[in-house]
Amino acid sequence: MFDQLSSRFAGVVKKLRGQARLTEENIAESMREVRMALLEADVALPVVKDFIAAVKERALGQDVSSSLNPGQMVIKIVNEELVRLMGSESSGLDLSTQPPAVVLMAGLQGAGKTTTVAKLARTLKEQSHKKVMVVSCDVYRPAAIEQLRTLAGRVGVEYFPSAADQDPVAIAGAALAQARKQFIDVLLVDTAGRLHIDNTMMDEIRRLHSSLQPVETLFIIDSMMGQDAVNAARAFNEALDLTGVILTKVDGDARGGAALSVRHVIGKPIKYLGTGEKETELSVFHPDRVASRILGMGDVLSLIEEVEQKTDREKAEKFAKKLKRGKGFNLADFREQLQQMRSMGGLGGLMDKLPGMGNMPQAAMQQVNDKQFMRLEAIIDSMTPQERVNPGIINGSRKKRIANGSGTQIQDVNRLLKQFNQMQKMMKKMSKKGGMAKMMRGMGGRLPPGMGF
Amino acid sequence: MFGFRKKSPAAAASDSDQTRARLDHGLKRTREGVFSQLRSLFGGDQQLDPGILDDFEDHLLTADLGIRVTTEIMDDIRARVRKKAITTPDQLMDELQAALIRILEPVCVPLEIPENSRPFLIMMIGVNGVGKTTTIGKLARLFMQQGASVMLAAGDTFRAAAIEQLQVWGERNQVPVISQVSGSDSAAVIYDALQSARARGTDILIADTAGRLHTRHNLMQELQKVMRVVDKFDSGLPRETLLVLDATTGQNALVQAQEFHQVVGITGIVLTKLDGTARGGIVFALARELGIPIRFIGVGEQLDDLRPFDAEAFVGALLMERS
Repeated sequence: MFDQLSSRFAGVVKKLRGQARLTEENIAESMREVRMALLEADVALPVVKDFIAAVKERALGQDVSSSLNPGQMVIKIVNEELVRLMGSESSGLDLSTQPPAVVLMAGLQGAGKTTTVAKLARTLKEQSHKKVMVVSCDVYRPAAIEQLRTLAGRVGVEYFPSAADQDPVAIAGAALAQARKQFIDVLLVDTAGRLHIDNTMMDEIRRLHSSLQPVETLFIIDSMMGQDAVNAARAFNEALDLTGVILTKVDGDARGGAALSVRHVIGKPIKYLGTGEKETELSVFHPDRVASRILGMGDVLSLIEEVEQKTDREKAEKFAKKLKRGKGFNLADFREQLQQMRSMGGLGGLMDKLPGMGNMPQAAMQQVNDKQFMRLEAIIDSMTPQERVNPGIINGSRKKRIANGSGTQIQDVNRLLKQFNQMQKMMKKMSKKGGMAKMMRGMGGRLPPGMGF
Repeated sequence: MFGFRKKSPAAAASDSDQTRARLDHGLKRTREGVFSQLRSLFGGDQQLDPGILDDFEDHLLTADLGIRVTTEIMDDIRARVRKKAITTPDQLMDELQAALIRILEPVCVPLEIPENSRPFLIMMIGVNGVGKTTTIGKLARLFMQQGASVMLAAGDTFRAAAIEQLQVWGERNQVPVISQVSGSDSAAVIYDALQSARARGTDILIADTAGRLHTRHNLMQELQKVMRVVDKFDSGLPRETLLVLDATTGQNALVQAQEFHQVVGITGIVLTKLDGTARGGIVFALARELGIPIRFIGVGEQLDDLRPFDAEAFVGALLMERS
């Protein structure tokens, strides 16, 4: 999401790295770069100005005799200011009230409100073990109510029926009464998308808000939005006194300006990020992590968390044991590894989060082709279980069958087998005493701290 | 070289009053938001000093014009200020208007539907939530008003209730909607619809597709498949591939357009939600960077709030005439 910012900042940092000391002049130049980068990333102009001013002031006032070099010092300051801009803490929903706790969703058309309601309902149900009910007050967009009904069924939460000829405020009131009767913990209220300048519609949501008295009023905003994001956010905040923001479509955006500016202008925390089309793709927002990612320092924390979440611990332990014994690493294990890697968004997804990747040329990134891995998987899929455990038996005619079955060439099968042989050799080396330590030395400690196994 | 400066406001004024009034209304926010601020910057007999020009640049950036376009316009204007070719605020505004129109003119190409294509296929593509389905509803109305017969294909088989949403639009316009169950193959639905449209001799078939982020490789490939299937039906089928873009989107709209263009080849662009944003500047960046015709703009929520794109009216409404 924040790729473009990352690469821009990497350039700034590089320029300053060569400088012996911070002068008014070289700070000004790098601040110009930062300004352009932020504007290019759709950060709102007033926010950019505040940011630059804050960084400049702090950079010039700094004591130069500290242990950091000038480049590092500017990064540190920019980083700290970015974190400050994004809000310093990550906070989930605050539902501490007499149930049912009402959560009202508001936003422009097409921001992703209905999808987010489903995601949030699922999270609350599965992670917080709440009894959740959803209701749609969108009587305008055709089939909006139908959409929520379908999604509610999919994530398995209560759905309060409504119809397009009803009044939104009446729907909400009835839903709240029903939620009380059913001892529902959380009532999520979906609303129609509306323009912040549409007075009639803003009035309507104001009435909804005052009749529901929600504990959380969330503003859903498309992370790809441009300079206008601040105007919309400001208007919604003035009308509804928002309690938080959810940023959607984060998986598609290359820049992240809207996040920065909305947070800064309305002063309400960003609570979640929508990271995909599936109901499971909602993640908690961590300002510090995003800030360091902008600076090209990678998002190692998120990576570790993701690895922990998505790898099957039992499988991993079994695999580790196998490795220790130094034998039995077969093609079935290899396939498992490939599958786990794919479930974490493929190699591209992993690389994205590693430090220093902002500096990598695009061409190099393209070499990391997830397609190759899928082909490897397909080849292994086309083998018999016996062949996977004991690849030695794969002769010419078996290779031909495997190639045909997986839609590849015999050469591809040969290449895979060769690679696998090499891997097996390496595994054997690793399992010998001190083998692992030797290998790590060979890598020259290129892994960042905390990444060691 | 200065001829167009006089020409443009007059040309804009000659546009149909109705279109003009609508645009005026829809773009009012834009005008009030940014360009009136610009004007106030130059009120009176102020000197055009570099500081003011910097503010000018900031304001263009704030309008989502994008760095390349803004720099280009500003470099040109700065050079003229240096040469004393521009000395008054009025001149500056005229220059701005001329420069903006110059950028938009090449992409101001209306969609023309060849006679007897039966059907002419319009593919609607774009990221999630830009207004594809709503635009289809408006397009159907527009073509029917022009006397064409229209059919819709519910190619968004992924999102919950997307098919139902299109069916409602079909009922409102009283046009047939070809659909299958949710989760079926989008390409198959569109193939079915093509067969049906040809059999019935329908003039225009508008095909919906699921919203997809341009970064999702598999979904982009799915789109490619849909195109292949259309080719299989009739490789010579006259068609328009319309990318729907949300005008509130910032610079990312460019990336979207580039990606979609690379994968399936866009022949036209629809800009939606121009009534809501205070800035319409992405239009300029799009025109400059891609040069793909902008066919329509959406300026409101009503069924007939979809308008053919008109560069001069657009810029004229944006800047408002001084009279």
